[in-house]
Amino acid sequence: MTTAAVPNILEPPRPGRWAWFGVFTFAFLVAAQAISIAISPPDRDMGDLQKILYIHVPAAWNMGICYLLVAVYSFRYLWKRDERHDLIAASAAEVGTVLNGLTLALGMIWGRPTWGVWWTWDARLTSTLIMFLVFAGYLALRAFVEEPERRARWSAAAGIFGAINYPVVYMSVRWWRTLHQVQSSPGTLDPNYTLSLRLNAFAILFLCIYFIRRRYEAALTERVAEQTLQAAALGGSARG
Amino acid sequence: MAFRDDWMRARAVAWKDLTAERRSKAGFNSVAALGITILVLFGFALGPDTEAIRAAAPGALWLAALFAGVLAFNRSYQLELEGGALEPLLLYPGSRRSLFAGKLLANFVFVLLLMAIVIVASLVLFHVEVPGTWPALLGVALLGAIGLVTLGTFYAAMASRSRAREVLLPLLLFPMLVPVLLAAMEATKALLAGDVMREAGAWASLLVAYDAIFLSATFLAFDAVIEA
Repeated sequence: MTTAAVPNILEPPRPGRWAWFGVFTFAFLVAAQAISIAISPPDRDMGDLQKILYIHVPAAWNMGICYLLVAVYSFRYLWKRDERHDLIAASAAEVGTVLNGLTLALGMIWGRPTWGVWWTWDARLTSTLIMFLVFAGYLALRAFVEEPERRARWSAAAGIFGAINYPVVYMSVRWWRTLHQVQSSPGTLDPNYTLSLRLNAFAILFLCIYFIRRRYEAALTERVAEQTLQAAALGGSARG
Repeated sequence: MAFRDDWMRARAVAWKDLTAERRSKAGFNSVAALGITILVLFGFALGPDTEAIRAAAPGALWLAALFAGVLAFNRSYQLELEGGALEPLLLYPGSRRSLFAGKLLANFVFVLLLMAIVIVASLVLFHVEVPGTWPALLGVALLGAIGLVTLGTFYAAMASRSRAREVLLPLLLFPMLVPVLLAAMEATKALLAGDVMREAGAWASLLVAYDAIFLSATFLAFDAVIEA
């Protein structure tokens, strides 16, 4: 652990072609939404309410990808002690938490007319809410710790623990429910809707990648600025 | 011999914490009083109806233990931090895991004593009869306490050295403890009813799994968290 004393000197991010990727992402999202609204007929029971599915389900899937990224990059940070990995983990956590909130909110909007309630203590709903709270805690931890090296180590531990906890939370809530009553299932998907769902899953995935990249660039730029200020205060230049 | 040395160190840390606690008693007495206060408040929230109160006893008991326990976890690094003694403690030779093990042990004893008081108080306040399954109930209390204390001691090492530790520790800890609380509450509920549905065993094995997962994870991660 002797390397921890020497801070990494970070390079500012290069813009590259990310702006074009952003344009492509938003165009793809608009197109995917337009296509799915055009080609999918209204559901027999749900009518046009079913269109919520095209954001709700992709958001939930990509939320899982984000949290997996948090765990992977938290591990990599603890392994290699490269500050950039910490910043990627943090960016993925931010985007994951937003998608998590979106999943919950859209699920409620869909659930009210379909099930008649805004909320039910179903295993999937409850564990999704718990994950939201776990990662809200992760982001609060980052906000309350200033020292970057310490913040990185601590939030890496919190991120990995949060990811480990998910299956246990899911299991425990499912038992809690099923020991009392039969779990209601939302029903399987009609093949007519799968193309639209796939298109939108990719659209949200691109959006997710784009947002993580942008948040990462912002975080990295902030750290470079901090390091430059520190170096200037010490009377030298961080990079020669 | 390495394991023996670590164990001696852990025991020394635990002994120091418990001795400090025993000599002042202020910490334990106030936390125990808070535990009972929470039970009384639950009694008010759930109304004077005896059946309703009795049905809610397992949940109230575990939440009282949790809320009072969090204060103990937040205090567990407080003496060192206030005295500037954490850094010297870390500079001692030997694995830092023994420091964690020591803190864990001290908190475990603290929470067990706390739970003894809370359990007795809830038996009285919530009109619960001691069931024939009480040895199993003690086992559930032990397993649940291990779960609370493991993550509590671990997250306190971070939260108590940050700003806003009063908010941060429960915010980090409570969502992570959902499986422990659910399992402990449900097992307690089943055992109090005589475990006619044979559910308690499944919940107890969930507790064992959770404790095993997070005991290993916290011991592996503690080095990274405590560093300078």
